[in-house]
Amino acid sequence: MKKSVFFGAMTVAGLAAGAAAAATLDDVKSRGKLNCGVSTGLTGFSAPDANGEWQGFDVAVCRAVAAAVLGDASAVEFVPTTGKTRFTALASGEIDMLARNTTWTFSRDVDLKFDFVGVNYYDGQGFMVPKELGVTSAKELDGATVCIQTGTTTELNLADFFRVNNISYEPVPIETNAEAQQQYLAGSCDVYTTDASGLAATRATFDAPDAHVLLPEIISKEPLGPLVRHGDNGWGDVVRWTMNALVAAEELGITSANLAEMAAGTNNPEINRLLGSEGTLGEMLGLDADFGAKAIAAGGNYGEVFAKNIGEDTPIGLARGLNALWTEGGLQYAPPFR
Amino acid sequence: MTDQSTNSVAFVADGNIPQSPPPARETGAIKWVRANLFSSWMNGILTVAALLIIYKLLSDALPWIWNGVWTTSSLSECREVLQGKTGACFSVLSERWNQLLFGFKYPTDQYWRPTLAFVLLFVAAAPVLFFDLPRKLLAFTALYPFLAFWLIWGGTILAPIVALLGVAAAAYVFQTYGKASFAIGFFGAIAAAFAVWIIGGKLIPDGASDNALLQAVPSRDLGGFMLNMMLGVTCVSLSVPLGIALALGRQSNMPLIKWICVIFIEFVRGVPLITLLFVASVMLSYFFPPDSTVDLFLRVVIMITMFSAAYIAEVIRGGLAALPKGQYEAADSLGLDYAQAMRLIILPQALKISIPGIVNVAVGLFKDTTLVSVISMFDLVGMIRGPILASTEWSGVYWELLGAAAVLFFIVCYGISQYSQWLERRLATDHR
Repeated sequence: MKKSVFFGAMTVAGLAAGAAAAATLDDVKSRGKLNCGVSTGLTGFSAPDANGEWQGFDVAVCRAVAAAVLGDASAVEFVPTTGKTRFTALASGEIDMLARNTTWTFSRDVDLKFDFVGVNYYDGQGFMVPKELGVTSAKELDGATVCIQTGTTTELNLADFFRVNNISYEPVPIETNAEAQQQYLAGSCDVYTTDASGLAATRATFDAPDAHVLLPEIISKEPLGPLVRHGDNGWGDVVRWTMNALVAAEELGITSANLAEMAAGTNNPEINRLLGSEGTLGEMLGLDADFGAKAIAAGGNYGEVFAKNIGEDTPIGLARGLNALWTEGGLQYAPPFR
Repeated sequence: MTDQSTNSVAFVADGNIPQSPPPARETGAIKWVRANLFSSWMNGILTVAALLIIYKLLSDALPWIWNGVWTTSSLSECREVLQGKTGACFSVLSERWNQLLFGFKYPTDQYWRPTLAFVLLFVAAAPVLFFDLPRKLLAFTALYPFLAFWLIWGGTILAPIVALLGVAAAAYVFQTYGKASFAIGFFGAIAAAFAVWIIGGKLIPDGASDNALLQAVPSRDLGGFMLNMMLGVTCVSLSVPLGIALALGRQSNMPLIKWICVIFIEFVRGVPLITLLFVASVMLSYFFPPDSTVDLFLRVVIMITMFSAAYIAEVIRGGLAALPKGQYEAADSLGLDYAQAMRLIILPQALKISIPGIVNVAVGLFKDTTLVSVISMFDLVGMIRGPILASTEWSGVYWELLGAAAVLFFIVCYGISQYSQWLERRLATDHR
């Protein structure tokens, strides 16, 4: 009896998965909620505050998409995922999109069958060491013990870097950033390596931040971005162009302060198309004409989201760097809304 | 006579010597210290060393606790208040206590519900744990699971009522037909329960939970120590009867039942709990359609229950094996059938022997509930490791948070252990 139930469940699952893969957008609309996978907690990127409200840079992407699709930035069911459960959660349909500082790599895109819809943060892997160690370059780290999060690209980059430079290291595997911080401060490892943004955020919370230095080497490219399942390009477009709308808004000078004024119509046709007072861009996506305006209203344009969650005025204090607009020497570049 | 004695004897005591206190070194605290702490050179050295260690620990720990800061709103403010002195930052507990106890998504104005369920747990557990209490209280125990379900999850009251009716129907069928034939009663009871649940489930109107008396709270919103308590209590109370059934099944003469039980026990014991949890959280969602998954809490309860039932079965099998063969033969010679022999003679003795082992498994199981944090459920440890340590305010507060978790777990586990010792004394019928 058990067996037949099992096979029955599998058959149903197969049928339903086939049906579900087609129209995530319709599922989200009929559900009235966006299921968005986030990290179980990464300072500045996603963490619930004292009132249980999710806050952060990745969380803002979820909210913008929810606002664009459903018109309500709070219609998000945040599904916390760990480094190990994130991909299965997305592949199995438990979540509609994953915004969890995930590095865009070839094998994740191609082999795991996901679509990265863009890059919301350009990062790179760095090293943090205690100042008293007297190390000034990562190449001097021969024989060091290194705290490293398992199941991430940083683990692989680290192995590559040490192999290329023909030096040895001893990995100390850890699960979360919080654990790494504790292990590093307790002296279990000489070096902590993760994305440079994470290192800066971690160092900012130390008792004595000045006693630790970030080494100059950035050993990898870590384009972090939201991703969706392969095979539902319509839904991928929705998430991609919602993100592009936030970047384009910054470029065009649309902020949450002047949004209402601009949405009424301006003499710049691109702004009008983005905010929906002209053209039929929203309709092409299967959304309302003002989807762009709603997404921007959720948390402001890309620059505002950055400044509010991880910018230089926050305790994390990250500079824009590579994440500045292309007009200001960075890499954030939205294709035209036309 | 008197004359002679006074003259011929140099000294006669004419009264008792007044009692004098024992020598100072043979009395009171000094004697105790000499006997227990400094009875030999070696012991003296060990005592001094131990005192030094205790002093060292306390001199570090006590100022840390006494200087503790309770009122700031972030770790950096704590550091400002302390000005470099040693001191704990307990503010994280006073600000986030609700998240530690209830998780971060349980509605704040509904905290009274799990609290009430927790208090009622003691009322419900009392007649089971202390069998001197009046048996009528068991009626409340039987109702408690449904009441607690309704209190914690809220929503329509019809759901727990249908569940209760299903169980009641099963009990009725078993009472009526079980006497004639155990198998008919057993399977009839299961069929009756499912019939009531399915029909009842259809009768509950859609959206009945929307305007219910108690606001519905989805499983995903449960968290904190509440989640550990819920998993612990549910899984222990389900796995003890299941474990007994498995242990008896393993001893059965019927090959099919015996082999099912043996394979189940050996398979589950051979797999780490964390693997089962990953299966529950990750693999099972592939087998269900995306919108109608079995509740994650239920999946985890099933996995943990299976796991601990296999261990408890082996503990109870040890108890059964420890009984002399004469007990089984005595039961047979009295003309008792299998169920009677087990219920009246074998199990009461076997379970008594197994108490320490069962409690051991129960305490271990309760602590193992923290493993659910790796499948991104926010139990007490998951709350600490994830959201609280990742917040910009409290990143870096370890000792205070994990210490608080340790205190909570210690209270519960020590309570369980004390109860089991009381139970052993209470059930002791031998003359030791």
